[in-house]
Amino acid sequence: MKSPSILSCQKVTVSFDGFKAVQEMSLELASGELRFLIGPNGAGKTTMLDAICGKVKPAGGVVEFHGRKGTVDVTRRKEHEIAQLGIGRKFQTPSIFSGLTVEENLEIAMAQNRGVWATLRAAMTKADRERVDAELELIGLEDKKRLRAGLLSHGEKQWLEIGMMLLQEPEILLLDEPVAGMTDKETDKTGELLREIVRKRTVVVVEHDMEFVRNFASKVTVMHEGKLLKEGSMDEVQRDDRVAEVYLGRKRRDYDAVGSTA
Amino acid sequence: MQWMSRLPRRAWLLIGYAAAAAALFSAPLYLNDFRLNLLAKCLAFAIVALGLDLLWGYTGILSLGHGVFFGLGAYAMAMHLKLAAGGSRIPDFMGWMGLTKLPWFWEPFKSFAFAAAMGLILPSALALLLGFFTFRNRIRGVYFTILTQALVIITVTLFVGQQAYTGGTNGLTGYTKLFGYSLTSGTAKTMAYLATAAALLAAFAVCRHLVNSRFGKVLRAIRDGENRTRFLGYDPAYYQMAVFAVSAGLAGLAGMLFVLHVGIISPTMMAIVPSIELVLLVAIGGRGTLIGAVIGAILLTQAKSQLSASYPDFWLFLLGALFIVVTVFMPGGIVGLIRQARQAILRRRSENEITLDSIVSKSNGVV
Ligand SMILES: Nc1ncnc2c1ncn2[C@@H]1O[C@H](COP(=O)(O)OP(=O)(O)OP(=O)(O)O)[C@@H](O)[C@H]1O
Ligand SMILES: [Mg+2]
Repeated sequence: MKSPSILSCQKVTVSFDGFKAVQEMSLELASGELRFLIGPNGAGKTTMLDAICGKVKPAGGVVEFHGRKGTVDVTRRKEHEIAQLGIGRKFQTPSIFSGLTVEENLEIAMAQNRGVWATLRAAMTKADRERVDAELELIGLEDKKRLRAGLLSHGEKQWLEIGMMLLQEPEILLLDEPVAGMTDKETDKTGELLREIVRKRTVVVVEHDMEFVRNFASKVTVMHEGKLLKEGSMDEVQRDDRVAEVYLGRKRRDYDAVGSTA
Repeated sequence: MQWMSRLPRRAWLLIGYAAAAAALFSAPLYLNDFRLNLLAKCLAFAIVALGLDLLWGYTGILSLGHGVFFGLGAYAMAMHLKLAAGGSRIPDFMGWMGLTKLPWFWEPFKSFAFAAAMGLILPSALALLLGFFTFRNRIRGVYFTILTQALVIITVTLFVGQQAYTGGTNGLTGYTKLFGYSLTSGTAKTMAYLATAAALLAAFAVCRHLVNSRFGKVLRAIRDGENRTRFLGYDPAYYQMAVFAVSAGLAGLAGMLFVLHVGIISPTMMAIVPSIELVLLVAIGGRGTLIGAVIGAILLTQAKSQLSASYPDFWLFLLGALFIVVTVFMPGGIVGLIRQARQAILRRRSENEITLDSIVSKSNGVV
């Protein structure tokens, strides 16, 4: 049985002053699926997520979201409307609110009415408290809940942001390189978090770390130079000649980079 | 010392506020007329500073145009006072300009309630309007600040130019009474002072409530990452418009009270330099804390009155120098300095305890 599609991107093109960062890219997500989006640097992965969450407006194509509130072409909506529809986004660099405490970050991320009047009168109910506390436990930051988020370590910031995304209760979650810059231990913990997350929602993860991707038996989409290169299981993708070509070039560069910084 | 640390922080705050309120309300008992009047002015400026702090310190929006909102409030009150002073005659300056009949828009200002309402509504409405066209179009940062300066220039030019309706460069002055009582009497001055103290406390309570509410947390989130809040589903434009309007309303309230204490309002008082001075009150006191804004307003207004009387030019230099010193060396303002000092003391104390502990445990081992 094929589960119904929750997001269908058709021939999405994004151009920056004539340069096409994404070209006629199509992406179909089934409800509840975990999808990895991989590709070398500059392939257009981040830009593709940007097009879905409204950060950039595509020059062409449609992004249809079949959510709780019916089918919507999100390319016509503003960022905050898309977020309210149920598409959550985690950026490549951790972007938490550094002046707010960990707890406050979670409080404002929590799914709720986002209007001025509503937040003016909002009070922390017992149910809210429990939601925030449960999330703090999940991301392992109970001890630091009163700490200013700016003082967290890099990994902790990433988890906080994932926690915020979860409290936002999106139907689709777009994660851009959630384990980048993490230690091995941190990466493992994030992997566990991810398993927890995909149980209830559709998730797209942009990732460089092949080892990490291999841990999940999920469908993989490979992008190269703004276009769709290959889609399939990790095994299928790895057997593909064109992918190998693109990735070998990249692998070598990666090794160089590691060598030069080490 | 033990009992001090046992009281919760909240209780200490309450005691602090109660003491400050008591000191403010009893000031007429121990200050002479001149000092009381000066303090009243300080408190009026503290109200503007609170509003500016909400906008700048908490939301990250710098307005260099708050003189206009302050001025609008002041003019609203001044129009009422001018009409009250003239009785059935039209204000003197209108006669000099050849007007024979009171302009229609002056008419309702005969009512104190209307004037007071306008003193709040006009600045807030103007802020909403400006905010609507800027924030919704994502104009922010320096560009927004420059626009607020443009607002100052336009407003001042308008008020100077429309002499028959506004009193031109001279502004509005020569008030004699309010509610039928003479404004020069000692009682009237005391009442005006007490009204200002009450207004400041109310403004402080409102700001505190706003800042601690979830609304306030969203404001700080907008300050830290405006775009990020969009992807959580917030539309920052409406939050920015709301806080800008509240901030302008507070400036209007302060302007109304200021006129009562000073007896004159003119376009120079809402021009560029006073607008920048208002921002300095917050910068020096410590932005991002409400008490900092109040402290900055009171200290700086006192200093200004001491210095500008004897050395008027020197005051501007000092102001400029202060601004540089504060932004470079103490970005947290006076309150920031106090906090740093307290943290340093706490740290030293905890270090002492650690060494004490290790000594104790060592001696225990020996015994
Ligand atoms: N705002 C922008 N203006 C101009 N060019 C841009 C902009 N954003 C991205 N690009 C270009 O678009 C291309 C795709 O960038 P994108 O960030 O989507 O790649 P990516 O696949 O996420 O790469 P990485 O793995 O390095 O994160 C790159 O060549 C990049 O330089
Ligand atoms: Mg990227």
